[in-house]
Amino acid sequence: MADTLPIKVTYCGVCTLPPEYCEFGGTTKKCEEWLADKHPDMHQKLYSQEALAQNLSSLSVEAQKRAEKDAVKKANKAATAEKREAETRASSKIIIKRIERNKRKYVTAVSGLEAFGLDIKKVSKDFGKKFATGASVTKLPGGGEEITVQGDLSEDIEEFLVKTYKEVPEDNIELVEDKKKTKGEKAAANVPAQ
Amino acid sequence: MFKKDISAGAKSKVKSSAQRAIRSKVLEEYPKLEPYIEDILPKKEQLDLVKLPDRVSLYTLNSTPLFFQHMDDALLPHLTLVHKYPTAFHRLRIDRGAIRFVLSGAALMAPGMTSPGGRLPSKDLSPEDQERYGTEDLEAGTVVVIEAEGKETACMVGVLKMGTGEMREKKKGQACEAGHYLGDGLWSMAL
Repeated sequence: MADTLPIKVTYCGVCTLPPEYCEFGGTTKKCEEWLADKHPDMHQKLYSQEALAQNLSSLSVEAQKRAEKDAVKKANKAATAEKREAETRASSKIIIKRIERNKRKYVTAVSGLEAFGLDIKKVSKDFGKKFATGASVTKLPGGGEEITVQGDLSEDIEEFLVKTYKEVPEDNIELVEDKKKTKGEKAAANVPAQ
Repeated sequence: MFKKDISAGAKSKVKSSAQRAIRSKVLEEYPKLEPYIEDILPKKEQLDLVKLPDRVSLYTLNSTPLFFQHMDDALLPHLTLVHKYPTAFHRLRIDRGAIRFVLSGAALMAPGMTSPGGRLPSKDLSPEDQERYGTEDLEAGTVVVIEAEGKETACMVGVLKMGTGEMREKKKGQACEAGHYLGDGLWSMAL
């Protein structure tokens, strides 16, 4: 055996464990399907009737029941977690806001990225590199964080996001314009208050 | 140690002198890795050090994790490395019932290894098992790889809290500190 090292181990594409441990992972069903698809020979060895029967026979009945219950619980948990994540993903929006800073100067604020499992700090760095401008992570007063990029880049950012991060659907990106109130508007807004 | 998902911190290159020190430390700790050391830690390649939370540092080679270390404790092998070179480490086996606890991050308890499904190094084992698990008792503080009944690959790496001889006598208590197990934060961390 010592001569055959290193051993090449196959890992499950669903739960990343070695396939023999899939049964403890909580996504057993999906793992099994994956294995049957990719490595039919291994699937046959691990999921044949005999193998299953042997697994069960080595435990006492009570322990078996407990393990089974545990497994079901774990599977349910994994399923609901996944569902919830998909839901938040579908409902949440990335908001790209163009903020007027000084007449013809703009900054662009991007918020809502964290719902898609992106690391804000890293994305901010990417923005800075891609657009060659300052990009910083700022805390929002209402909690959460947003990326502020210097310059008017709303459309470029949208394109870049869709292109580089595949997990972001295009429909969930929203462009907003936030204009500083001009003097005339300000005066108009102030009039009723007086 | 890695029950929660972790994210990698700063990554830096390891000095070549430090790299040599790691290499000699690995060889000292795991002498059976000697024939493969050139494959695992090639002299010419540049190792990386990735900082993890809780003062754990992880050594990687071209983004394959190799060893991790808590402060200046023993160097522990990453499970992918254990899977590649299982024979180079001290091995113990747990019974089937214990697997699910180990994989959810519990500390390893002695009964899991003293029961009929488990294996501790001993002279009473069948010759085949003797070859696999050894005959000498291991002392507390040894780095061990935990295998599981009916499985070929290891499921956990940890440090013994109790000598194996003591374990056999007492059959109780914590046997091994949970280090790194399949599916934990270190395992699922993307580099």
